[in-house]
Amino acid sequence: MNLYGIRAIYKFEMARTWRTIMQSVISPVLSTSLYFVVFGTAIGSHMGAIDGISYGAFIIPGLIMLSLLGESISNAAFGIFFPKFSGTIYEVLSAPISPIEIVAGYVGAAATKSTLLGLLIIATARVFVEYQIQHPIWMLGFLILTAVTFSMFGFIIGIWADDFQKLQIIPLMVVTPLTFLGGAFYSINMLPEIWQKISLFNPVVYLISGFRWAFYGVSDVNILVSLGITLTILVACMLGIWLIFRTGYRIKV
Amino acid sequence: MISIVCGIVNLSSGRVIADGNNIQTDYRAARSKIGLVPQELATDSFESVWATVNFSRGLFGKAPNPSYLEKILRQLSLWEKRDNKVIALSGGMKRRLMIAKALSHEPKILFLDEPTAGVDVELRRDMWDMVRGLRESGVTIILTTHYIEEAEEMADRIGVINHGELVLVEEKTKLMQELGKKQLTLQLQTPLPTLPEKLRLYQLELCQEGSQLVYTFDTQQKNTGISELLKSLNQEGIVFKDLHSSESSLEEIFINLVRKNKESA
Repeated sequence: MNLYGIRAIYKFEMARTWRTIMQSVISPVLSTSLYFVVFGTAIGSHMGAIDGISYGAFIIPGLIMLSLLGESISNAAFGIFFPKFSGTIYEVLSAPISPIEIVAGYVGAAATKSTLLGLLIIATARVFVEYQIQHPIWMLGFLILTAVTFSMFGFIIGIWADDFQKLQIIPLMVVTPLTFLGGAFYSINMLPEIWQKISLFNPVVYLISGFRWAFYGVSDVNILVSLGITLTILVACMLGIWLIFRTGYRIKV
Repeated sequence: MISIVCGIVNLSSGRVIADGNNIQTDYRAARSKIGLVPQELATDSFESVWATVNFSRGLFGKAPNPSYLEKILRQLSLWEKRDNKVIALSGGMKRRLMIAKALSHEPKILFLDEPTAGVDVELRRDMWDMVRGLRESGVTIILTTHYIEEAEEMADRIGVINHGELVLVEEKTKLMQELGKKQLTLQLQTPLPTLPEKLRLYQLELCQEGSQLVYTFDTQQKNTGISELLKSLNQEGIVFKDLHSSESSLEEIFINLVRKNKESA
């Protein structure tokens, strides 16, 4: 196994994060904090509790998930897209490093960044809203699992994208709307029955529900179903990446 | 072809063995022995010189070795620039940095794909010196070039590829001996209107409005025929005021080979 190779990619990607700390860390923390201020403190103080949880605390898992999904996808997508764009991908392709090791380097770094960001947002939220975490191990597990899964998804997008617009389409046009409609700001049980059923086709519902259960012990769907759906997305992304390296799709001629 | 050997392009048929290692089934061993300097200047603009050579070494599975990397950067006159960002380097420095990156994992085989394309004369000379140094240190260098003089100056063995087909691979000196020809040019005292009958048995050509005689001979033959020719000229009363000999360049050999290949196709 080429551990030095994995470490080289990982270090390279993490170095990029520190170089762009304003954009990759401070900006998402700031924008999520604004959500806490506006929806949690200002509007939330006039809203009733949901499932016995204050509105300000209720939206924390969904808001963390919103940042986590977006950042995981963006970090991993940009990480592999930029070497393709600049031509430096030749070095990775000509190195004695396997596809699994390449993915471990890029996805590992992207997942680390978004996990750290998630933890930072959790800590920042405490400044604005009172909350307790009932199942901290599960919370951390969900955080890491979601970060890894969506970093893999981002890696696929980075390979697929052949211009900067495509790099942004899926996170902005698909993932963000699905997160807003996936119960980030409400419980899907509050919706009319037909919309509750439609919402169950949204995979983000399961991610937010599982994460909220880890925080407060309440969820829209069973925790095991949430875990199962997250693992299914992870396996689907792994299969996608396996196919990419097998065929050389958009990275090899 | 270089891209296939290095793993950048998928192999559609056939097989490639690099220093005894199959590039597909034993790709780790094969690739760890190969360094590549591509033609395009593709660099990580925002990284420092030091970080980017360390990245390359790590990527190829080598443990950190700062003293080795320092040696490489010093050889390539980049040590003073080690903390500079790549984007701040000149074109020539970037080209040298790409060589440093390719050498960072101590390859046994180095592909230099048109390393002097678009490079000024001084830098080209420096690169030639560096390539000679690497060759002497035991690195096998495969240099692709459109500058025939470059191949003539540097190569031990030469391969000619025409339209994707390897026309030949040969030792340079042997190639020039076998396929090259030598010419003796005589500057005549008095121009000749035509070639005298007795001189027609030699491979002679009358040029420059009869003031120059060019004799083409085979260096491989024991008897080049020069002394007989000079005797015959004497007998015919032809006086020459100057003479010089020249041999065909690699460029002429290359052009002849490509032409022959075209005719036989």
